[in-house]
Amino acid sequence: MKHVFSTSIRAAFFGLFGALLLAVAAPAPASAQVNPTTQAVKEEQLLRQLQQVDGRISIPDAKASVLMQPAGRQWREFHNTTMFWTGAVSVLGMLGLLVIFYMVRGRIMIDAGPSGRTITRFNSFERFIHWMTAGTFMVLALTGLNVAFGKYLLLPLIGPEAFTTVSQLGKYAHNYLAFPFMIGVVFMFLVWVKDNIPTSIDAAWIAAGGGLFSKGVHPPAKKFNAGQKLIFWTVIIGGVALSISGVVLLFPFYQTTIENMQLAQIVHGLVGAVIVAIMIAHIYIGSVGMEGAFDAMGSGEVDVNWAKEHHSLWVQEEMAKSGSGSKPAAVAAE
Amino acid sequence: MARMKFLCDADRCIECNACVTACKNEHEVPWGINRRRVVTINDGKPGERSISMACMHCTDAPCAAVCPVDCFLTTADGVVLHSKDLCIGCGYCFYACPFGAPQYPKVGNFGSRGKMDKCTYCAGGPEADNSPEEYAKYGANRLAEGKLPICAEMCSTKALLAGDGEMIATIYKERVLKRGYGSGAWGWKVAYKETIAV
Repeated sequence: MKHVFSTSIRAAFFGLFGALLLAVAAPAPASAQVNPTTQAVKEEQLLRQLQQVDGRISIPDAKASVLMQPAGRQWREFHNTTMFWTGAVSVLGMLGLLVIFYMVRGRIMIDAGPSGRTITRFNSFERFIHWMTAGTFMVLALTGLNVAFGKYLLLPLIGPEAFTTVSQLGKYAHNYLAFPFMIGVVFMFLVWVKDNIPTSIDAAWIAAGGGLFSKGVHPPAKKFNAGQKLIFWTVIIGGVALSISGVVLLFPFYQTTIENMQLAQIVHGLVGAVIVAIMIAHIYIGSVGMEGAFDAMGSGEVDVNWAKEHHSLWVQEEMAKSGSGSKPAAVAAE
Repeated sequence: MARMKFLCDADRCIECNACVTACKNEHEVPWGINRRRVVTINDGKPGERSISMACMHCTDAPCAAVCPVDCFLTTADGVVLHSKDLCIGCGYCFYACPFGAPQYPKVGNFGSRGKMDKCTYCAGGPEADNSPEEYAKYGANRLAEGKLPICAEMCSTKALLAGDGEMIATIYKERVLKRGYGSGAWGWKVAYKETIAV
């Protein structure tokens, strides 16, 4: 009986104490209520704090949970202004430079004249890899330029329906020919990297301006001179950048966000424009710009005098390797 | 001519998604495409807000500016429409759109996204009004029948407003003044370069 009494006293005491404690700790009931309207998210405030406004969405499309991305305006600005002018200036600028170069320097001739004897410069596999990459690049470049400039240049000429057909086919060509191009870049790297490591000979070649600007000047070079090495590394580094950004663009929103996609497009566009400009120079010097240069990638057999002038050290190496190295031209003299 | 706009009063939206469903039904929108969606911000926290979002039919629309085949057009009512005959499905409009409005019917491997689809403000496309061709490509053309977009018309709390910009801005302003708060006209500053000052 006594025992029961004391427990009930103790319970009452602790109950009272507990209630007192609660009353002290908890704020007054009136102010405890949350007023949702005062704490509501405000658009203005969110846009000021964040690059974009994200939320939760009940549909499976994860990228739809981005309510607003005002950064789209910056991408638009890039696409319509920065990209437009970078592309226009680099392509037209390079064409202009080449026209001036041609008018000043003319076609670079073989100083000693063709010897009639040839030496093998590129074997059929090297030429196959080159033309696979070059051929696909031409299509990729033209269809890429069409996306950037077609609506200003081609659309007014052929009308909207025909332009859509061209652009649609161009898009598919661009997307699928990207794969042989990427394979080509990989093989070019494997086949030619050993001849493209920069050496001290390159410094001398650059110091002499490659002999580009003065007749009869031919700084020594091995299989590739410094200018060709520059082309090589531009294609490899640029090609890898184009490949990575291009694959991201080919598989939109696979583990990527809207910012990733915009960035991939920016990289793809800018690198593409620069490479197109550099390739125009490469095409020029490999065809109309220099006598005897095209044979290297055409038949693979270059004139010995051309080789001696432009790749003197390489000719010496080849001669040493095979005794004479050179062989008579395929077509016998009369 | 009216300048048609959307306005979502987030303080009224109850995230019922009826606008999404009505839109899908009205236009027979295929699976996977959401011309309209409801996004909830600060979900589960005090002051959470839901916003129904679709194409805002921007002034100086970014999609039209970046489109490489120039397939967009703006009607006299300020509605941004596009031609599915001209679209090549490049995806550029999605990169430029501040509201994630453009949708693509295909998953997107190797660039095969199909023709872009988006909210038409229930105004169809460039084809003849309410022709079978227009319906097949873009869905119903309610505007040509003198009706407003279905999403706003059937909104049970009248959170989503559609109509002439000035008129819906006035309605929103009156609401904010009367109830004493408002989380803003979502998207207006980005889409129309103006906000509703209360």
